[in-house]
Amino acid sequence: MTVRGLVKHYGDTKALDGVDLDVREGTVMGVLGPNGAGKTTLVRILSTLLAPDAGRATVAGYDVVRQPRQLRRVIGLTGQYASVDEKLSGWENLYLIGRLLDLSRKDTRARADELLERFSLTEAARRPVGTYSGGMRRRLDLAASMIGRPAVLYLDEPTTGLDPRTRNEVWDEVKAMVGDGVTVLLTTQYMEEAEQLASELTVVDRGKVIAGGGIEELKARVGGRTLRVRPADPAHLRPLARALDELGITGLATTTVDAERGSVLVPVLSDEQLTAVIGAVTARGITLSSVVTELPSLDEVFLSLTGHRASAPQDARPADDREEVAV
Amino acid sequence: MSAATLTPTAAGDAPIPLRAHLRHTGALIRRNLLWIRQDPESMFDAILFPVIFTLLFVYVFGGSIGASMGGGQDQYVQYVVPGLMAMMGMNMAQGVGTGFNTDFNSGVMDRFRSLPIGRGSVLVAKIAVELLRMLFATVVLMIVAVLVGFDITHWTGMLASIGLSAVFGSALMWVFLTLGVVMKSAQSVQAMGFLVLMPLQFGSSIFAPTASMPGWLQNFTDYNPLSALADTARGLMLGGPVAHDLWVTLAWSVGLTAVMAPVAIHKFRTKN
Repeated sequence: MTVRGLVKHYGDTKALDGVDLDVREGTVMGVLGPNGAGKTTLVRILSTLLAPDAGRATVAGYDVVRQPRQLRRVIGLTGQYASVDEKLSGWENLYLIGRLLDLSRKDTRARADELLERFSLTEAARRPVGTYSGGMRRRLDLAASMIGRPAVLYLDEPTTGLDPRTRNEVWDEVKAMVGDGVTVLLTTQYMEEAEQLASELTVVDRGKVIAGGGIEELKARVGGRTLRVRPADPAHLRPLARALDELGITGLATTTVDAERGSVLVPVLSDEQLTAVIGAVTARGITLSSVVTELPSLDEVFLSLTGHRASAPQDARPADDREEVAV
Repeated sequence: MSAATLTPTAAGDAPIPLRAHLRHTGALIRRNLLWIRQDPESMFDAILFPVIFTLLFVYVFGGSIGASMGGGQDQYVQYVVPGLMAMMGMNMAQGVGTGFNTDFNSGVMDRFRSLPIGRGSVLVAKIAVELLRMLFATVVLMIVAVLVGFDITHWTGMLASIGLSAVFGSALMWVFLTLGVVMKSAQSVQAMGFLVLMPLQFGSSIFAPTASMPGWLQNFTDYNPLSALADTARGLMLGGPVAHDLWVTLAWSVGLTAVMAPVAIHKFRTKN
């Protein structure tokens, strides 16, 4: 996938302002950015739903503007909002799409059964999708985009609005698809999701690419992690905060106190700093109940890459998957 | 079948063969029929509309309009039933716009548009199923009409006028499909449809002879295609001259389709 100088305006707003992107075959490219950064516009152009105002894009060897029909044959699209037909059953949804992709009746039936099985929807196969839960719909949506065995898959914020458990299910499915050798373009607002699924990352803001590279490389540039240190005795919260502040560690932000959750947040850039924190705690004789490291939020990523906060307000999602650190 | 067997060509795009078009349209018709099976209430209008309009016009207005025509209610039944048949196409056509708009806002259309199918297939499938609904409504109308005393004298004429209503109805459906694609909400499509259809329906010869209308209104009704359609249906079902009105109706049908079908498909293709 090669994207060069893609531009799209909506009236006076520049949704895309000269985007370049390269995705190697069989890899997962994460496109990270806040609401309104242009992620969905990018996906809509690359899936032929929208014509760009300027620039070029080639996907799987096809030009998105000049060869849309051939391109549509090799792509799969899973939108931000599950685009399955509520009044049809899960099976009928898949059957319809299979037929529209020119599979024979027999192949379509076999493929629908196979995918329903794989996405654990066999039991609900004959029920109208309107009765499905959010997670089931999203899984059906993924199944629908896999019917034609696409070479390239677009996942536009595949887990937005899902609870953590369901989100993990979707992640597992996506990982399995990637295992099949599909090239994936994933858009997301969450650093965690990008880290879970993508091998490379492009950070976009206000229609422009502001950073790109391998996940590890970007994480290093962004400045790693935040340590959440919680004293066993809440009375030790303030003394602990003072002690850690005196260490003078400044990663992405300064040391702060999260009184509500009875913990101190320390941004650390290196394992040495992490060790220093533990040392300082031990030196003061404070007992800790937990120490966890959290990934930087999208806001922190933006702050460190651009020096300004994400352009649109975010609904902050707490990091659910934490690395437990032995205390 | 798979991506690997398709060789990208340097320029141009692969055309979709006719057989594939038919297959896609068939699959989408199946989808639309499944909708009706899943939601039988969507057929209520096709049943209630002909029943209510027939009873309303025959029993409420029938006596007095019939009298002014030199007969009574019986004579009015013969007059209004062909008119109502003409109206059936219009009302079903209006529904196609609202239904399509709702479909569009659900995200399913994005999926369809990202598939390698002709843009027209989605629209043609919609029209095909709406025509089936219209046919159903017409059968209901004829049953009610016979029950209130309508005398079918020319069976072939009746079938011919059903066919003509379908032709004109499908032409109108392209107009409403365009509205369905262009307008933002199903409500505004409905409001717009009402605004357009009200004057067309009542400013025509559907419900009453135009002879007693003021001159300026007669000018309108004379050019109103619905008058031509209603008068053709009357001639075909009851006997009488039809040639002129038939040509006018066909000309409108062909004209509307020729202009609006490409517009609808173009708007559908470029909608973002």
